[in-house]
Amino acid sequence: MCLAIPGKIVEISPDNPNSALVDVVGMRRRVDLGLLEDDKPVPGDWVLIHVGFAMSKISEVDALDQMRTLEMLGECEAAVQEVRGYGLEEIEDTQPS
Amino acid sequence: MKYVDEFRDPELITRAAEEIRRLADPNRHYRLMEVCGGHTHAIYRFGLKDVLPPNIELIHGPGCPVCVLPMGRIDDGLSIAMQPDVVFAAFGDMMRVPGTNGSPLEHKARGMDVRIVYSPTDAIKLAKVNPQKHVMFFAIGFETTAPSTALTLQRAKAEGIHNFSIFCNHVTIIPAIRAILDSPDMRLDGFIGPGHVSTVIGCRPYEWIAKNERKPIVVCGFEPLDLLQSIVMLLTQLQKGEAKVENQYKRVVPWEGNRAALKAMAETFQLRPYFEWRGLGFISQSALRIREEYAEWDTEQRFHVPGIRVTDPKAAQCGEVLKGVLKPAQCKLFGKECTPENPVGALMVSSEGSCAAYYNYEHRKANLLTTISASA
Repeated sequence: MCLAIPGKIVEISPDNPNSALVDVVGMRRRVDLGLLEDDKPVPGDWVLIHVGFAMSKISEVDALDQMRTLEMLGECEAAVQEVRGYGLEEIEDTQPS
Repeated sequence: MKYVDEFRDPELITRAAEEIRRLADPNRHYRLMEVCGGHTHAIYRFGLKDVLPPNIELIHGPGCPVCVLPMGRIDDGLSIAMQPDVVFAAFGDMMRVPGTNGSPLEHKARGMDVRIVYSPTDAIKLAKVNPQKHVMFFAIGFETTAPSTALTLQRAKAEGIHNFSIFCNHVTIIPAIRAILDSPDMRLDGFIGPGHVSTVIGCRPYEWIAKNERKPIVVCGFEPLDLLQSIVMLLTQLQKGEAKVENQYKRVVPWEGNRAALKAMAETFQLRPYFEWRGLGFISQSALRIREEYAEWDTEQRFHVPGIRVTDPKAAQCGEVLKGVLKPAQCKLFGKECTPENPVGALMVSSEGSCAAYYNYEHRKANLLTTISASA
């Protein structure tokens, strides 16, 4: 329930500043940036994602740590499933970086 | 042995464990509550209990949203979805939670339109592609999740989506901690504070625990090392006779929380006068309801909600386990009638519930001990 998944901002949507394309556990998904209004991320920034919303900006090192935490907790599969589910039908999967 | 290699730095783990042993007064019994279900899961998964000296007892707190939701609310949600052309949309965690006549998944098998969504905004998308239906999103969660629901409400209003509503079951962590501290059969020495809830609310809301209740609280991350370091910080305070709020999870949690998230919540929600928590009973001002301004998107203001109340099965002792009075295995049903495959109580459903965590991981204990003795 409290799963927080790290992702890297690829592109801010040109027609909606609250929507970003994010590279997250090897997939590209639209993530909502509405909760980071005070400190908008830019492409290349890492964020923690919870139920489709970026909830905090984190450093790259912390993002990799967080990925490890998910692995250690055995929650990677749940994270992939969650991310795969964002947007219902969307977008292309990319290779894990 | 499988987990031995997974620890980031066994040496740091060993050092933290030694520090805990050094700080813990052998003549004292410490009862520390981890508030968050994610921590409960991590504690069992890594067998942390076995690293701690026997006089440090970890009490599992109420921070598992699925576990504290009374069965009546699930029945209420399902009863609305029994009406024609209503879609029941919820996170995957909700799907196996038992209602009186079965879980959402079992209702789906009987023909109810039940959909899993991974983000509340996806429930809006469902509404857009099913204009002839009404999509009800069954919202649960603490302050980690509530801001996403808040923004979803704002988006639905801004986009004028009229066949969509939210059945709001969001709860807030502070009143639950207060209720636990007020409980006469509960004695605690300190708290391991929730990690991701605190990214939203920050650390200030815990200050009364330190000031008024004289209990230390340390906001904590989710790795074994985070948990052990937080216990070191708690014991250090206890040894000095201090009671402060500290933040061990600074890499993610800002002291002031997330202002935009709090603003969105304040604009869309207001506190309910009271709300029922499974195992804890009615707690005043402990849950959120949707504001008048968003009445059109509030399931409770749009539909007749029966307000079903269900008593937990007599033999199940979820309440006692939830309050930390009983350990999971001390419940009469544990591992017999109630298992993760066939849960009677909600604590057995979610991986963050202490019963499921205990059931899934207790047999793996000693892994961390092995790590420590191997690196010592």
